[in-house]
Amino acid sequence: MYGLFLRHFYLIKSSLPRIMDLIYWPTIQIILWGFISKFFSLYSNYYNDTLGVILTCAILYDILFRSSISFNMLFLEEIWSRNFTNLFIAPLKIKEIIVSLIFTALIRTLIGLVPAIILTSPLFGVSILKLGFPLLLLFLSLYIFGITLGLFVSAGLLRFGPSFENIAWSSLFLLAPLGCIYYPLEILPNFFQIIAKGLPLVYIFDETRNILLNSSLDYENLKQAYILNLIYLALGIGLFYFAFIRARIKGTLINMGE
Amino acid sequence: MKTPLEVINLSKVYNNINAVKDISFKVNRNEIIGILGPNGCGKTTTIGMILGLLKPTNGKALINGIDIETNRVNLLDNLNFISPYIELPKKLTVKQNLEVYGRLYDVKNLKTKIEYLSDKLRLQDIINKITGELSSGQKNRVSLAKSIINDPTVLLLDEPTASLDPETGDFIRSFLENYQKERETSILLASHNMNEVERLCSSVLMMNKGSIIDQGKPADLIKKHGRKNMEEVFLKLSREKNES
Repeated sequence: MYGLFLRHFYLIKSSLPRIMDLIYWPTIQIILWGFISKFFSLYSNYYNDTLGVILTCAILYDILFRSSISFNMLFLEEIWSRNFTNLFIAPLKIKEIIVSLIFTALIRTLIGLVPAIILTSPLFGVSILKLGFPLLLLFLSLYIFGITLGLFVSAGLLRFGPSFENIAWSSLFLLAPLGCIYYPLEILPNFFQIIAKGLPLVYIFDETRNILLNSSLDYENLKQAYILNLIYLALGIGLFYFAFIRARIKGTLINMGE
Repeated sequence: MKTPLEVINLSKVYNNINAVKDISFKVNRNEIIGILGPNGCGKTTTIGMILGLLKPTNGKALINGIDIETNRVNLLDNLNFISPYIELPKKLTVKQNLEVYGRLYDVKNLKTKIEYLSDKLRLQDIINKITGELSSGQKNRVSLAKSIINDPTVLLLDEPTASLDPETGDFIRSFLENYQKERETSILLASHNMNEVERLCSSVLMMNKGSIIDQGKPADLIKKHGRKNMEEVFLKLSREKNES
C-alpha cells in the first residue's frame, strides 16, 4: 500500500502540470459559479428570456469546448496508443499535421454538437438557429479559438509529454469565468475585465446576447473577436513549431512515457 | 552511388549527460549492420537522431548523402522503423492501419501493396481484425508490414523479435533475410539476441556508455576476443567497459 502511495507521490512530485491540476478544478468551479450567482442576484430583471439565452450560450460554448477537446484528443490518442513516434517518422510536414488535425477536429466537433442542437428545440423550446446568419460567423470564430487552444495544449504535450495531459482537459474551464459566457463583462471585477478584454470570447458572447435580446447585429464585436482570434492562432501555430523544435532537442518524441 | 546511411561524429547531450559520444559508421546498400550494447548505451538515441526525432548536439546522419537535419521530411520517405516500444493504433483493423500508413507514405498501388505484404507476412487471416486484439507475434508481423510499406532504402529495426516465440522469431528473421536480399535494403539492427545478430548481420557495432567500443564481423569479433560466440563477446566488452 505504501509502495503504491510512493509510486503516485513520486509521479506528482516530479510534475508541475499534475500539481497544478490538483489545485485547478476547485478554484475554477468556485470562481465561475460565484460570478453567475452575483449576476443573477444583482440583475434579476436583465433577461426576459433567461433560459433561451443561457442555453444558446451553453451550446455556443460547447462549440469552443468540443473543437478544442477534439483537437487535443486526436493528439492524445496517438500518445495513448503508443503510435506517436510512428506519426513523427512519417514524411509529414508540421503544417500538414496541423491542417489534418484542424479538419478532423471540425468533423468530431460537428458529430458531437449536431445532436445537442437538435435536442434543445423539442426539450426546451430553444434553437440556436434563431441567431440566423450571424450564427455562422459566431461558430467560425469559436471554432478558430477552440483550435487555437488545442494548438497551445498540443504544443505543451509535445514539449512536456503526457504529464501535460490534464491541462488538455482543464484549459477550457480556465477561460469560462473570464470569457463572460453567461454574464456581461461588467460583472467581473475591474482587474479581470482588463484580462477578459484580451479574449475573443467576451466579444462573441456579448454579441450573442445582443442578437438574442436586441435583435440587432454589431459587427464591431465580431471584428474585434476575429482580430484577436487571428493573433492567438498565429501564436498557437508558432508555439507548436517551437515545441516541436524543443521536443527534438529534449527527446520527447522518442520518450513519450510518464 | 551515395551510401544509404552514414553517421559522422554524431553526439547527443541531454541534461549534461553524453548519451552518444562522437560515433561514426556506415551502412552500405544490401547490408545489415548490428548495433549492440546494454540498455541505456545509446542505441535508441542513435536511431532517434537518424530518424530526425532527435536533434544531434554535434555531427550528422546522412541518408543517401543528405543530412537528415537539412531535409527531414523528404528523407523520411526513404526510411522506416520498427520497435516493440511503439505500436499501431489499437482500435483500427490491420487493413485500416496499413491503409493509413500507405497513404502517409504516399504508396502507389496501395491495394496491391497491402495484398503483397499480407501474403508475405501471413496476414490474410487477421487482415480485418482489430489490431489491439492480436497476439504479440501477430502485432509484430503487422508492425513489420507497416515498416516496409514504403520500400525504405534504410530500415531501422529496434529489437524486431523481442518477446516472440521461437517459431515467430525465426519466421521474422527469415523474412528479413529474404526481403533484404530481394530489395537490397540497408538495415541497422539493434538487438539483444546474439544468435539473431550472428545470423543476420555482416558487421556489428558494439556500444557502451554512448561510444562505439568495438566493431567488425561477428566471426572476427569472436576470434579477436577469444570467445565462443557473440553472447560471450557482448558480456566481455560490457563488463570491461563498466569496470574501466
